[in-house]
Amino acid sequence: MKRRVVQTALALTMTAALLAGCGGAGQQADTAVGDEEAENGEAQDGENAGKAGDEEAAGEAEDGESAGDSEGKVVNIYCWNDEFQSRYEAYAADLARDHGVEVNFVIVANENNAYQNNLDAALLSQDAAGADDKVDVFLVEADYATKYTKSDYTLDVVEDVGLAESDLEGQYPYTREIVTVDGVQKGTTWQAAPGLFAYRRSIAKEVLGTDDPAKVQKQLENWENFDAVAGKMKEAGYFMLSGFDDAYRTFSNNMSAPWVDGTKIVLDENLMKWVDQTKTYTEEGYNNKTSLWAPEWSADQGPDGKVFGFFYSTWGINFTLLGNSLADPEGEEAVGNGIYGDYAVCEGPQPYFWGGTWICAAKGTDNLSFIRDMMYRLTCDEATMKQITLDTQDYTNNQSAMKEIAASDYVSDFLGGQNHIALFAEAAGKIDMSNLSDYDQGLNESLQGAMKDYFEGTVDKETALENFYRSALEKYPELTK
Amino acid sequence: MKQRNLNKGRYRGYHRWGYIFLIPFFLTYAVFALLPMLSTFYYSFFENYMSGLRMVGPRFAGLENYIALFAQGDLLKYAGNTLIMWMLGFVPQIAVALLLAAWFTDTRLKLRGTGFFKTVIYMPNLIMASAFSMLFFALFSNNGPVNHLLLGLGLLEEPFRFLASTAGARGLVALMNVLMWFGNTAILLMAGMMGIDTGLFEAARVDGASPFQVFSRITMPLLKPILIYVMITSLIGGLQMFDVPQILTNGKGEPDRTSMTLMMYLNNHLFNKNYGMAGALSVMLFFLTGALSILIFRSLARGRKMGKERV
Repeated sequence: MKRRVVQTALALTMTAALLAGCGGAGQQADTAVGDEEAENGEAQDGENAGKAGDEEAAGEAEDGESAGDSEGKVVNIYCWNDEFQSRYEAYAADLARDHGVEVNFVIVANENNAYQNNLDAALLSQDAAGADDKVDVFLVEADYATKYTKSDYTLDVVEDVGLAESDLEGQYPYTREIVTVDGVQKGTTWQAAPGLFAYRRSIAKEVLGTDDPAKVQKQLENWENFDAVAGKMKEAGYFMLSGFDDAYRTFSNNMSAPWVDGTKIVLDENLMKWVDQTKTYTEEGYNNKTSLWAPEWSADQGPDGKVFGFFYSTWGINFTLLGNSLADPEGEEAVGNGIYGDYAVCEGPQPYFWGGTWICAAKGTDNLSFIRDMMYRLTCDEATMKQITLDTQDYTNNQSAMKEIAASDYVSDFLGGQNHIALFAEAAGKIDMSNLSDYDQGLNESLQGAMKDYFEGTVDKETALENFYRSALEKYPELTK
Repeated sequence: MKQRNLNKGRYRGYHRWGYIFLIPFFLTYAVFALLPMLSTFYYSFFENYMSGLRMVGPRFAGLENYIALFAQGDLLKYAGNTLIMWMLGFVPQIAVALLLAAWFTDTRLKLRGTGFFKTVIYMPNLIMASAFSMLFFALFSNNGPVNHLLLGLGLLEEPFRFLASTAGARGLVALMNVLMWFGNTAILLMAGMMGIDTGLFEAARVDGASPFQVFSRITMPLLKPILIYVMITSLIGGLQMFDVPQILTNGKGEPDRTSMTLMMYLNNHLFNKNYGMAGALSVMLFFLTGALSILIFRSLARGRKMGKERV
């Protein structure tokens, strides 16, 4: 009898659990409906916010920084590293307080399209997401900016976000063109990213007899000279470059046509030049066989490094090179800590650019007034941008501020007393990004990855190319060989 | 008589409860496993992927996905990689496990602290595979401690680039799999060995058999069903090898894609949201695993029959 009771009890609990499951689902359905209602409400709120934003934009002169009452509480910013986060925290964190919002950074690394895939998924479910879970702001790189600016998911920074045309005029034209589709600008950036070659002054003095940027540049001004210097470095016991992909951008940014023609992948001649050059450098021992961003690569930039120089962009000086150059990362950033002060920069053998980060507002955001203020502060406000350059040596996207610094007696201690802003004031205006495609990041990575086997000597060139296409087509099934 | 009838009734009642108790399993299985599986079959016949923010398909493509799988030669290559890395790991693993199991169960050796050691050898299996491969990645990197050690001892002139050589990469994957699984296998084999009648061992010893003879003539033949079981479960596990090589080579299967397993290939398609190709590949894997499972059932059934005949 007792057993019977136990059995029944057990069975009952189980069915109860099952029913509870159903009940749960029912409840969920209920709440889902509730959510929908809430969302409708919010959508209306959102519209209101949009209107409020518009009104604000209209009445901006009087009331530029006031917070809309209907503004969402959480601003989600999608990005791939903490560079923007640190800029935001240093120069715009007060905006969150003024607007009463909480800023939440969603950081997913760029590699293997992880950032894009994650962002795509978030954007596609944007409509269904709760107000606090929606993407409000996302950052894009030059390598795939067009993919997003062409879509409906990015908002017009003038019409939708509320920046005035006059706010944007001070920016470098190329930074605007790259995110402009049919005359509509859909993103804005705080930096211009002219490419450079950062070299070790001490090694330059020892091997080339001078560390003066102009004279070093003379010895590196074209690839023949560059190769000759590489030979000298080898003889003196140094490496010219650290890794296989160091010089990649100087070639890939000087391609004659975009990566993709229609749906066909076009392997530009210039990229094959990179392949051949890197193979030679590897065989001759001109490089230290590392890869971009690998720990060994970072170590090569430090006090124990035996590498003459690194191809970088202006953002790399502060964001990467400075940190890597210190002997004591926690210590003071000053001469005496590691090789602080031992680097200098020159234009290198071929003009190019590398990267750059654009801020885009996502469709469906309920924080337009905050986004407007943040964009204004970080990408249009001359005073802030000048300060960013002075603090971080980054090359900011404001022509008059940069001209002012270039003409001033500003020097970078990290670069051994060089005014590198002056060096790039001209180059930044001439950057040509017309050969970009939606696929640059994935294809660049695939090519670098596949060619590594060739450089290492594991496979021949044909097999490496075969592997490149394989990897590229896995990433982008719509493309053809 | 009356009593028996009563019992019968009660048993019938038990049957009913049995079915009721099985419902939750079948329900969850149907919803979370069977339906998704059937839809995988269905979608494997479609061209269906995300091109950035744009959805392409689903467009019915017949067998195109399957043809592409074979035509590119990828499927066979990665199946080969998987098999090679599994073999490299399985052979030493089974050898070590057999030795350990034989020692631990040997009635004459009477090792002390077997309980302790059984726990210790099982330990590596408790570490997350990804953490384990991160550790190995750091240990065996071009500038890592292992290379420093080898250089320091004067065994090498310059660092050995483990992950740039096929043997190095595959070897590391195999080594990790051995370390992670030999304890598990040893414990399974031990259970098998303890199931063998000790009388047989004693009889053999009385007849003057050497330990090796005991092992090869008595332990091994009687262990065969368990060995087959271990081998096939390991093979099925090996087919699904993913986390170790994925993390070790950063998903690239370097060098020259020689350490790319079937699962990593599947992951490549899934990660890039190519649902059609991923579906086709999953279906192929399903049949492969299914075939192996049937093999295990048949071999186990045969083992049982043989046992009965002997009795």
